[in-house]
Amino acid sequence: MDILQKEQKLKKLEDELKRLDDEQAIKNIKKTIEDYKAKAMASLTAWDRVLLARHAKRPHTQDYINALFDDFIEMHGDRTYEDDRAIIGGIGLFESTPVTIIGQQKGDCTEDNIACNFAMAHPEGYRKALRLMAQADKFNRPIIAFVDTPGAFPGIGAESRGQGRAIAENLFEMSRYGVPIIVFVIGEGGSGGALAIGMGNAVYMLENSIYSILSPEGYASILWKDASKAKEAAEAMKLTSYDLKEFEIIDGIIKEPLGGAHRDPKVVFSNVKETLRDALNQFASMSHYEIRTARYTKYRNIGFFQRFNYDNLKGVSS
Amino acid sequence: MKRDVLKSAFQKRRRLLQTLNRMAMPSTQKPVDVPEGLYEKCMQCNATFLQERAVENAFVCPECDNHFRMRAVDRIRMICDEGSFIEKGYGYITLNPLFQEGYEQKVFTAKKRTKLDEAYVYGYAENHGYPFVIGVMDSHFMMGSMGSVVGEKVTKSVEYALYKKLPLIIFLASGGARMQEGIYSLMQMAKTSGAIRKLHDQGQLYVSVLTHPTTGGVTASFAMLGDIILAEPQALIGFAGPRVIEQTIKQSLPEGFQKAEFLQAKGMVDAVIHRHKLRDTLHTILKIHARSEV
Repeated sequence: MDILQKEQKLKKLEDELKRLDDEQAIKNIKKTIEDYKAKAMASLTAWDRVLLARHAKRPHTQDYINALFDDFIEMHGDRTYEDDRAIIGGIGLFESTPVTIIGQQKGDCTEDNIACNFAMAHPEGYRKALRLMAQADKFNRPIIAFVDTPGAFPGIGAESRGQGRAIAENLFEMSRYGVPIIVFVIGEGGSGGALAIGMGNAVYMLENSIYSILSPEGYASILWKDASKAKEAAEAMKLTSYDLKEFEIIDGIIKEPLGGAHRDPKVVFSNVKETLRDALNQFASMSHYEIRTARYTKYRNIGFFQRFNYDNLKGVSS
Repeated sequence: MKRDVLKSAFQKRRRLLQTLNRMAMPSTQKPVDVPEGLYEKCMQCNATFLQERAVENAFVCPECDNHFRMRAVDRIRMICDEGSFIEKGYGYITLNPLFQEGYEQKVFTAKKRTKLDEAYVYGYAENHGYPFVIGVMDSHFMMGSMGSVVGEKVTKSVEYALYKKLPLIIFLASGGARMQEGIYSLMQMAKTSGAIRKLHDQGQLYVSVLTHPTTGGVTASFAMLGDIILAEPQALIGFAGPRVIEQTIKQSLPEGFQKAEFLQAKGMVDAVIHRHKLRDTLHTILKIHARSEV
């Protein structure tokens, strides 16, 4: 039974609670609900986390912006082609510190989702993000990024306008900025499309979010030639926040309430707020050079391999 | 007594060194041994011809000009002056960070078949006497996919170019990031792009030559960051593969979509260069960018 089925069962119990008026019965069923929650929601499989990360009611970037920042002004367009709704960005105040905010936006309903293309950005979206980040660097504002995308959009227009180049350029430029980049993976972090705004000094993941090289479905169909094995793929891919913390790819995990962020968004917002405040304080005392170098070194050292050092044997450095 | 121990340790080390040197790629390249009477078939025009003829013709179909995939060794031989190539940064060992089933076996088979460490080879080379750092991806090694080792070697080649103050030319042929290494492969995109940025800041030249196929995470990182981006005719270049796009948008793709000529028309590459002219074109580029102290 996966997490969505568990949720349905929980909902049934809660509906029953509303219908009852006998005090003793209410007490009983409340206890059943609590017990069930504690039992069913505490241990989640990787696939459960995939489902939670994609949950329709999960708070999206816009919700985080509304909850965490004051005086937010949204900025549109890449100044070249058009405004991509899959990525939203702008400036605002975080506890009176000016910041630039960028994030991939999923919609709350089908109409919204179509408007923002299910958070799958085109090149112009990444170029908009780049424009805003360059602006942040100019005015010395920290960059806060919210990652929530299945990946960059694969389409004729996207390829014609240089999807690959757009992502590469973002990575190229982000490695240079002297302002801190703080990244929160709040839902799905899918492949290059997520990394294009996610090359941060500090990267935090929500407990039930995922970050991977491609979707479990894609992984199963490429490596096992069977897209229906997505469940097994999710386990094999090691894409949960706990796996990534173990690999030291991310810097921290932000706790979610039992059963996912959508069950009590306020708790998540306040947790994110605290983490963000700590991170900003940590970088406030660092110089531009230190911030840039720290980010470069962080990514320079990621890799899992061994090397037989021939050069040391010969006494020559290469 | 102590002396003996030391002596045997040194002998042991020398033996190891000799073995390793034998394993390393020789700096002088001999022509490929082509068995006589072996035929090759062009996948595009179905013409059959002696393999010898394909080699002579720089792995281009004599009938229809179709560019075949090249091994890294052949590529190096084609571009560099004879005997000038010196391989750097060998000896990397690919590990299995996510404990994927059958991954070690796959890598082992690829190593055995291609006689390469990994899908990327780099080193010092000269072209018409102009020194440069050459990096070549080999699509015969697990589709030239980028895992931890390839990412590290690409970064190392950039750092070597920085250290020697030489121009860098990379030949790309890759299916993208390596799935089996998961998030590590993804992070190599950031790593390589950051390294290219350092090269850029030092004012050094980076030429990327896109060959068939260049897709996925490699396109979205160091492939498209060249100061000059060249491509071979008919090479497939793109971020998402054509099959993925077809499945997503549920319509068939136009003729020539994602081919090198298409990318040139869309302004994504500087020039499409025939393989026969590649060596001379690179010579010209190196000549124009040669610094006074060289």
